[in-house]
Amino acid sequence: MSERLAPTQGLAPTRGLAPAEGLAPSEGLAPAEGLAPAGKLAPTPSHTVGPFYGYALPFPGGGEMAPAGHPGAITLHGHVRDGEGAPVPDALLELWQAGPDGSLAGAGGSIRRDPVTGGFLGRNGVDFTGFGRIATDADGHWTARTLPPGGPAAPAAPYISVCVHARGLLHHLFTRVYFPENAEANAADPLLASLEPARRETLVATAASPAGTYRFDIRLQGEGETVFLEFR
Amino acid sequence: MALTQSDIDRELAHIRESYGKARAEGAPAADHPPRDFPPYRSSVLRHPKQPLVAVHGDPETVELHTPVFGHTDITAIDNDLTVQHQGEPLGERITVSGRLLDSRGRPVRGQLIELWQANASGRYAHLRDQHPAPLDPNFTGVGRTLTGDDGSYHFTTIKPGAYPWRNHENAWRPAHLHFSVFGAAFTQRLVTQMYFPGDPLFAYDPILQSVTDDSARQRLVATYDHALSRPEWSLGYRWDIVLDGPSATWIEEGR
Ligand SMILES: [Fe+3]
Repeated sequence: MSERLAPTQGLAPTRGLAPAEGLAPSEGLAPAEGLAPAGKLAPTPSHTVGPFYGYALPFPGGGEMAPAGHPGAITLHGHVRDGEGAPVPDALLELWQAGPDGSLAGAGGSIRRDPVTGGFLGRNGVDFTGFGRIATDADGHWTARTLPPGGPAAPAAPYISVCVHARGLLHHLFTRVYFPENAEANAADPLLASLEPARRETLVATAASPAGTYRFDIRLQGEGETVFLEFR
Repeated sequence: MALTQSDIDRELAHIRESYGKARAEGAPAADHPPRDFPPYRSSVLRHPKQPLVAVHGDPETVELHTPVFGHTDITAIDNDLTVQHQGEPLGERITVSGRLLDSRGRPVRGQLIELWQANASGRYAHLRDQHPAPLDPNFTGVGRTLTGDDGSYHFTTIKPGAYPWRNHENAWRPAHLHFSVFGAAFTQRLVTQMYFPGDPLFAYDPILQSVTDDSARQRLVATYDHALSRPEWSLGYRWDIVLDGPSATWIEEGR
């Protein structure tokens, strides 16, 4: 396979990056095109997930992250709401986290497919993959069952990373779920400590009953707007 | 009173003009659409008004790592959307290939790419799609694949149709494929749409036009590649995907 990109170089434009319309691909590569000033490749822009991902991205058991019957499993749930407080029924949340031992190695098998029928098999019931994907329901509600995340090295407190996609959201949003019983670790966490109390609260789940149940609402805009993050 | 296309066009022209001015005054190019983009009406109540909080992660930062996908997460024919039913789908058969790269040009290996799309008539196999165009019993419009060692991916599908939506009166989406992509870090997560070259609807579509920067918008348009066309079978389009955002390996290299 012929490659225009020398991987060691990392700076050459890739094949197919915006050649001028009407030119054969071999002629169309303007070296400057697609290159950000720092000599990096310019990224492919984000677009909204749209309203019709529902038959493509969610999969059965997407929120069942904890191995079946695991005694340490927790339930995390909440609503996604818009700037008027109305539920967002077409949001898709993705969760990614460390295992209870703090491991970020993850494991394949979140989506596990059936090679016989082409359908979904669900998870294998043993491995903790660290990944969950849940579409909100008509009430804007979502639920995940997972294992409590293990800690990164102090001073950071343990958390679950959440990526929010929705119709109307042109670029996904990242937020984090911290847990209320880690009060001491949370107080020392550099991100939480940098936020004023009212904003900081939006990142800490609320303990609910029965034990092991936590509530985490996501407000996209307005009163109680969730803190969203960007990574540099 | 319903908004017309001319209302939308005026808003788009105004946004383009402000962007051009900002660029002339030295503002950096905007690679991604703003989350607050009024011509796309659904964005109005669904974007945060507070600025994003910047995180400068160390290598243990969860988001600098990424979920793992493997061969149990796909079946062998998942990247061929034309063989999922007993009969052949209607429409123009196409192959779409490209490479998944990080912004340093390095291939992203073994990661999950998901694709979904309307059928050749512009209708999704989704209950809430009420566009009165025919459903195709031989086309669902969902595929997935893992990238190869060189970051390459390949799909066989049919070219989707344009479809109307209710953003404003006479709003039509240009033909597009939806892509969902995982990178070497969760920070590199990307959901986007691929367009076909020369579509006359580009200028009218507030979703595509939400990417105000001309060269950024061009990066959403695939290239027709005759060398990828398969004789007497399918037309070939090439579309490379470049991911944004740091990963743990970069942070470690930088130490
Ligand atoms: Fe669409």
